[in-house]
Amino acid sequence: MRVVGITAAVATAATVWLALWVTPPDVTQGNLVRLVYLHPGVAWVALYLAFGLAAGASLLYLWPRTRSLFWDRLAAAAVEVGVVFNVCTLVSGSIWGRPTWGVWWAWDARLTSTAVLLVLFLGYLALRRVPAEPEARARRSAFVCLFAAVDVPIVHFSVLWWRTLHQGATVLNPDLTPTIHGSMAWTLLLGFVALTLVFVWMLIVRYRIGALEDRLGTGELDMALRQRRAEGAPEDEDEAA
Amino acid sequence: MWRDTVLVAGKDLRIEARSRVALSQVAPFGVVALVLFAFALGPERTPMAKGSPGLFWVAVLFCTVLAVQRSVAVESVDGARDGLRLSGLDPAGLFLGKSAAVAAQLVVLEVVLGAGVVLLYGAKIEIPWLVVTSGLLGAVGLAATGTLYGALSAGLRVRETLLPLLLLPIAAPVLLAGTRIWQAAMAGGVPSDGTQWLRLLVVFDAVYVALGVVVFGPIHESA
Repeated sequence: MRVVGITAAVATAATVWLALWVTPPDVTQGNLVRLVYLHPGVAWVALYLAFGLAAGASLLYLWPRTRSLFWDRLAAAAVEVGVVFNVCTLVSGSIWGRPTWGVWWAWDARLTSTAVLLVLFLGYLALRRVPAEPEARARRSAFVCLFAAVDVPIVHFSVLWWRTLHQGATVLNPDLTPTIHGSMAWTLLLGFVALTLVFVWMLIVRYRIGALEDRLGTGELDMALRQRRAEGAPEDEDEAA
Repeated sequence: MWRDTVLVAGKDLRIEARSRVALSQVAPFGVVALVLFAFALGPERTPMAKGSPGLFWVAVLFCTVLAVQRSVAVESVDGARDGLRLSGLDPAGLFLGKSAAVAAQLVVLEVVLGAGVVLLYGAKIEIPWLVVTSGLLGAVGLAATGTLYGALSAGLRVRETLLPLLLLPIAAPVLLAGTRIWQAAMAGGVPSDGTQWLRLLVVFDAVYVALGVVVFGPIHESA
């Protein structure tokens, strides 16, 4: 885990260095283009990696043969870290969109899908916060994740049609690489790797916290039981006497 | 399974017929929402008529939340859920029955709200069959997703606040499709735009009804 953390830190530092100093500014967009090293990587983690992992882990939890709290904690960690990345995607996109498109937010198909995904994620996290037995919570959360995962393609297509049917071909194209310079391509790739590593590291940390929380929950109960028993024991002896 | 579906749907509708919660509380709430939308948009008729498809579906969505809450609430008192669990009814039938009852109530609500939109906002519908079909398909999809999430949140104390957060984003495609179909129906002309969205609604309904039939058993057992 430490190895992942250190590699992630090194890769991130290298990406920052390449993105800010080595690569040239874009012909049309100037320094703004440097956001492209961050934004697609963050979006990849948030939209595909985190959500895919959460959906897969939830499915594995629901499958009776592979049912284990490991998958539940993994899904929870993936969603929580995914929300952070999702927000970063929207924020970095907004920062890029304001000077480029002139608006902070456009009702573009991708933006709208991402926002809906964020809300679905938030609902999942809200459900997890409801106090419950770990097994019951895991089951409920896995179902919600499954329902959300099924909804994602439908949302995607409906939003896509919503834009294209409504406004014709004015779909804003976020693909902003007119001529990609050699160093730019490498930086972009490294950005993907670095952000994936950061995600994996955060995932592991969050998973461990989740496991410790669960242990604390059961440990506290055992401790309370022991205390109650200790209180009860002398009285029993008195009665017997 | 079908016998159980009819039994459960009949039970829920009988409760509604005697208590009149949907008719005397949810439907008036929908009308209130329509009036409030009108206040928000100003007194001119043009923006109201233009926005009426979306406003209609937003009102339907809000009413869905209330109808589903009610559908869950009738099972949460007097150990009704345990009774259902012990009754040996097929879980798939239970899901279809509860969904059918909610869908039936939603159709009535849609008629009320649709009349409200036409009368209050001056919406002119050129192709009525599109509106009717979208209303029916939308009601089925909303009822199916609502019943699923209702069952998931059944045992929770925070049910009232959690359900809308979980249900409304999932139902976003219904709102989009329904609104587009209404717009196509109001514009008249070729209904091809509308039929594409009808297909989306059919897919949505099929996916969630199928999912509900498969997974309602374990959800209901553990709730």
